[in-house]
Parts: sequence; C-alpha cells; structure tokens
Amino acid sequence: MLGWGVDRLRADMNRLLAMLFHQGVLDEQFLQLQQLEDESSPNFVSEVVNIYFHESEKLLRNLRGLLMDREFSDYKKMGTHLNQLIGSSSSIGAKRVRNVCVSFRAASEQNSRAGCLRALELLEHEYCYLKNKLHELFHMDQLRVLAAGVTYPPQH
Amino acid sequence: MGSNSIVSNRWMSEKMNCLDLSPNSKSDNEEEEVHVLAVDDSFVDRKVIERLLKISSCKVTAVDSGWGALKLLGLLDDDEEDKSSSSSSSSSSSAGFEGLKVDLIITDYCMPGMTGYELLKKIKESSSFREIPVVIMSSENVMARIDRCLEEGAEEFIAKPVKLSDVKRLRDYYMATREIRSVQSSSNVNKRKLQESFDVSTSSSPPSISPSPSPSSASPPSLFSSSAPCSPSSLDSPTRRIKMTSFD
Repeated sequence: MLGWGVDRLRADMNRLLAMLFHQGVLDEQFLQLQQLEDESSPNFVSEVVNIYFHESEKLLRNLRGLLMDREFSDYKKMGTHLNQLIGSSSSIGAKRVRNVCVSFRAASEQNSRAGCLRALELLEHEYCYLKNKLHELFHMDQLRVLAAGVTYPPQH
Repeated sequence: MGSNSIVSNRWMSEKMNCLDLSPNSKSDNEEEEVHVLAVDDSFVDRKVIERLLKISSCKVTAVDSGWGALKLLGLLDDDEEDKSSSSSSSSSSSAGFEGLKVDLIITDYCMPGMTGYELLKKIKESSSFREIPVVIMSSENVMARIDRCLEEGAEEFIAKPVKLSDVKRLRDYYMATREIRSVQSSSNVNKRKLQESFDVSTSSSPPSISPSPSPSSASPPSLFSSSAPCSPSSLDSPTRRIKMTSFD
C-alpha cells in the first residue's frame, strides 16, 4: 500500500533534479557522483555534498571577511579562496555556483572592490539556492528509503 | 675446487632465477590491485577521487599535500641509502617502514605549499621513484601548464572534474604497461643475480617476496617487488644491493 509513496517520492525527486539541470544549477558531474553510489557506499552523494557545504561556507565567510575590511587589498588571497570554490563546485556539479565564482575571480583580478562585492552577493544567493534545493532532494531521498523499508501487509 | 665453485655458483644462480621468476610473476598476478596515491588539498576532491579509484578496483591512499605525499613515499629522508637500512628511517612513518609502495600517483596541480608540478619534479628527480607514473589533474587547462607537466615526465594531464571513464582509462593503461615494466625488471633481475652469485657469497637467499600492498609491511623494499616500476632503478646501487642481501 505504501508502494505508491515510494514511487511518488521518486517521481518528485526526479522532477526536482530535472528542474535543477534545466536551470543550470547542476550539471552532469552530479549524475557522475550518483553513479558512484552503491550498496557499499549508499550515501556517497550526500556525504560529499555535506563536505562541500562545510568547506564552502568557510570560504564564503573568508571572502566576506576580506571584503568587509575597509583596508582590504589582498586580491590574491581572494583569488585563492575562489579557486578552491571553483574546484570543489565543479567536482560536485554545482555549475551555477562555479560560474558565479569565475566571474567573481575576474572582478578580483581587476582589483575591483565594488565588482567583488556585487559578485559576492550573487555568489551567496546562488549558494543558498543550491543548498536549499539539495537539502530538499536529500530529505526526499531519506523519506523514500524509509517508505521503501515498510512492507504492507507485514510478512510473517 | 675452483671449477666446483664455478659450477655451483652457476647452478645456484640458475636455481635462484627459477625461484625468483615464478614468485615474481605469481606475485604480479596476486597483486592485481593497483595502488594509487592521490594528492589533493581539497577535501571534496579527495573524497571523489578516492571513490572513483575504489570503484575501479584500485587501492587508494589519499593525502592532502605534496609534502605529505613525499613523506609517505619516504622521499623526505636525506638519502635513498638510508632507506635501505634496517633502522626505521622516517620519523613520520608510524610503522617504521621505509616508504609506501605505490603504482601510480595522481595529483592536483594547484595546491598551496607545493604544487603538483613541483611534486612531479621531485618524484622524477628521485632515482627510486621516477619510474612511478604521475598523472596531473587540473581544473584549468592552460596549454603552457600542460606542456610543462608533460615535459617534466607526467604520464597524463586530466581535466577536472575527473570522471569514472578517466580513472578506468588510467587503470587500464597502467595494467597494460605493467606487463612491459615487469618483463623489463625481471630481465634486469636475471642479470643482477648472475653477477651477484659471482661477486658475493652464494649464501645470499632470495630477498623476501612481499606482494602485500599493505603499507604497514615491515619488509625492506624488495628488489623483486612486484611494484615493478621501483625495481629497475634500485638495481643501480651496488652498496644497496649488498645491504639488501644481508637481510637473510
């Protein structure tokens, strides 16, 4: 009886994923990560993504900290943080976040504080959107696993 | 007496050749697993490359810096001569082994401290490690960078994000060329054995065949190690050879 719950959840997840792909938020690298999941490593994607969130938030805080400093001039350091973010975002398939970081980096190479501030706002926005959507996805997946674990009627 | 010893030497060397060849090729088959050392300062990327390699049936050791990689390999010691001595060399190694035996090194280019390029150079400059294929990964495909790495002896330059197909291809390439490398090394080994049985007393027993990929293996880096890339160059040093054979 609960079978329909599992199917519906799966359909919802697929729809969400399709939308994220369509929007360019995710790219095929995310699919590649999903392919690396199996019985021995069933939560691989969420594990990696959670590491990504943790690392990215550190970097975002650093970036904001740098730019908020009135005497900020260390564009090189900014570039280093951005390179890390670009790398990890592309590794998980976070295409839009990655692209925003690339423009951000261009602004930092021009030593434009105003440009960097604008880019940071955009980056934070994109990052929040990505995080919310991926959390939604993982939440649905958890529900799906729970629902799939229930058999109706109970076997004896 | 003289002719006896010559005959027995030759017989001993031939016997040893027989002994050595089969275990050598056997351990090659036993150790089908490729041991890859992955170097990347990004935690996310380390997790991904680790998974990619494991799924491709490789054994993985992941480390977050070039210095960490050199330490693990045992390259940070003063001299390669020190490595062949029985005392635990590297203070950083927990089990007192001389260095991790790896078949392939895959490293990110952009890393703080030591770049992948600098790591590549250090490895290629080392006589015991330069045979190990090194692959560079980078998210920036700058032609100059690629050329520089290939010129320095990198096996390949892979654009990030690394995919399963990239890793599978690497592994297949490595397995295919491993055959060639092990043939080369066993032919070198034959020559060495022949010479040795005339130079040194024939009480030298074949060094321990250590096919175990486990890094905690305390056996000295065997000249017959199935990690073939290391062996040819380790045959160069006569002092080392003699030191090795004293390990009965």
